[in-house]
Amino acid sequence: MPPADAPGSDPAPTAWTRKHLLGLEDLSREEMTAVLDTAESFSEISKRSRKKVPALQGRIVFNLFFENSTRTRTSFSLAAKRLSADTQDFTASVSSLSKGETFIDTAKNIEAMGCDVMVVRHPTPGAPHLLSQHVSSSIINAGDGAHEHPTQGLLDLMTIRRAKGKIEGLTVALLGDIAHSRVARSNIWGLLKFGAKVILCGPPTLVPRSMERLGCEVAYRLEDVLPRCDVINVLRIQFERQQGGMFPSVGEYSQFYMMTQERVRKAKPDLLILAPGPINRGVELTPEVADGKHSAILDQVTNGLAVRMAVLYLVSGKMPAGE
Amino acid sequence: MPTIQITGGRIIDPSQNLDQVGDLWISRGRILPSGGGNEEAEIVVDARGLIVCPGLIDVHVHLREPGNEEDETIATGAAAALAGGVTSVACMPNTIPPIDTQAAAEFVVLQGRRAKQANVFPVGAVSKGRKGEELAGLGQLVAGGAVAFTDDGSPVSNAGLMRRALEYSKMFDLVIMQHCQVMELTAGGVMNEGFESMRLGLGGMPAAAEDIMVARDIRLAEITGGRLHIQHISTARAVELVREGKRRGIRVTAEACPHHFSLTDERLRSFDSNYKMNPPLRTAEDVAAVIEGLKDGAIEILCTDHAPHAREKKMRELDQAPFGIVGLETLLPITVTHLIEPGHLSWSEAIRKMTINAANLLGLSKGTLRPGADADVTIIDPSTSWTIDASQFRSKSRNTPYDGWEVRGRAHTVVVHGEVRYTLGGIVQETPAGASPS
Repeated sequence: MPPADAPGSDPAPTAWTRKHLLGLEDLSREEMTAVLDTAESFSEISKRSRKKVPALQGRIVFNLFFENSTRTRTSFSLAAKRLSADTQDFTASVSSLSKGETFIDTAKNIEAMGCDVMVVRHPTPGAPHLLSQHVSSSIINAGDGAHEHPTQGLLDLMTIRRAKGKIEGLTVALLGDIAHSRVARSNIWGLLKFGAKVILCGPPTLVPRSMERLGCEVAYRLEDVLPRCDVINVLRIQFERQQGGMFPSVGEYSQFYMMTQERVRKAKPDLLILAPGPINRGVELTPEVADGKHSAILDQVTNGLAVRMAVLYLVSGKMPAGE
Repeated sequence: MPTIQITGGRIIDPSQNLDQVGDLWISRGRILPSGGGNEEAEIVVDARGLIVCPGLIDVHVHLREPGNEEDETIATGAAAALAGGVTSVACMPNTIPPIDTQAAAEFVVLQGRRAKQANVFPVGAVSKGRKGEELAGLGQLVAGGAVAFTDDGSPVSNAGLMRRALEYSKMFDLVIMQHCQVMELTAGGVMNEGFESMRLGLGGMPAAAEDIMVARDIRLAEITGGRLHIQHISTARAVELVREGKRRGIRVTAEACPHHFSLTDERLRSFDSNYKMNPPLRTAEDVAAVIEGLKDGAIEILCTDHAPHAREKKMRELDQAPFGIVGLETLLPITVTHLIEPGHLSWSEAIRKMTINAANLLGLSKGTLRPGADADVTIIDPSTSWTIDASQFRSKSRNTPYDGWEVRGRAHTVVVHGEVRYTLGGIVQETPAGASPS
């Protein structure tokens, strides 16, 4: 574990040698553990009165968001600031992209301003991967279309590990729109590598049977799944990524898949409920469940900050404090 | 036009079931009888160790002119064809404006003649404006030089219009080529729908979208008696449907492209837009079925679907990058490396699919080395190993997934209309009459 004000003693991330974080599919369990352990050490910083360490002083972190986001961008910005990096937000809707400039050219221009780390959110799967081939900055994937959202996957792992003390051997259900969810894909890779059993549950139009090939169980009836779950991660319906018509109505979806108190009662008493947000109360889960004792939704947000600090720190090359 | 003697080559001409070592003589744009008669050679090409065959014909290329000359022009595309050993190309009508009138077809013919590279034959649109609503002036297109019809780039979705096209085109005995795809099933798709698209979170195009259209159109060909040609076939079920259609005597043919027998959708894991094509790269099972179809004759034509796109277009994010790859300069080596060398096809079988079968599809008096035929000849070095280098392409575009691939087989010399128009390295060896070739 590193001292929180100067993580120069190398917080076990000897397993981490990567310049980028593009997805969890590529990461080993050891690499993910390195992030989680580093995040644990950084999480202590948030409890101090002076919530800042000089780990990335002099570094410039750009948030390149080509898609709307509130919590992820804010979380990354805050994480960078707590590490004393200079941060700059870039918003596609008010950029030269609207004048016809390509995504890559925009990034190259930003790099020419001295950027060290680009935190990239983009509606197209693979866009951060494409960028990593054209710029020399470190790239952190902050969500690429329906592909991956690795820091969300890591913060979910951290939240489960903290609440349950382990991940291996747990049964974790991902509930809802699996087909269009980048959170689902990162969760699946992470959970499977840590030895959890993963159940994907939702209507057949949103839960592709082909996911079984990854080693997941596919189920369409929530009632059948509930009693076996240690954790349920309630995913949002990705209306913006669908062609539409994936289910008859929101009302019908909620009837079959919304997490209610009644359904929680059918689960194990220590059921942990996660939701990556933004949560739709009354659609994916009721307010009672969202705010109830099983919910770890706000813990996820807190852990997200620590995970993003850890990732920024690790991809930046573990630069000693004060350098 | 000079008299050319091609000496000592392995002459493979599937139109005559010919596979023997000998000399080939050419004069005044025609193939001469064996021995060359009384002619004296002005050019002698030493073809010892090489294969001499009819000029390759590509029935499916996009030359982008008019409208997208930044991607390709008729001249650059026809030059790329020669570099790939292709002496004739049939170019698709999805240009801007589309080739849906006699004047538009004549423009292509004229530009092809001006370029004086490979022969260029226009394929006319099936529908006006390629909108899929009304039949284009098919007869006028024929008058302008069209050798077939298609709305390629998109399918003729309207079954009633497709039926009429198959019926009406019988008066010219020309083929309707179809890009088989049910658009409602592929909307938003970037790659094959299946395990890989799910893993990558990319929009999928199900194989069934192709299968359903192939089944529909084979049935329409059956009830009309028209000639149907399935373009760039890519799925196992579609191959089976074509095989079954032939068995039932329906006039259906099919073509396959190198990317559909050499690459699978797993390549998209790189998120490289050079693997984005339409129809998309499919699964290993589909690739095996395409190869099987090529072996048993269900698929009788090899072609490229040459689809050049300027670098700035392919550099975009995967969902914004256009579909397609260039293919003219890689058709031959990928065929050699992935079909002939593994033993799926003999040289004669592969050449048949790129010569006489293609000529018959388009009704061209080409694809043969019979005396009197058009003197379009491709000389192939079958054993040379080389590395594909996209920067050396003659095509205006570089969008290929094969850059850096180690391959075998390459066009050595290409003769069109009795003229040597391409030699590897750019040197045409002229030998005075009577001298021995070196």
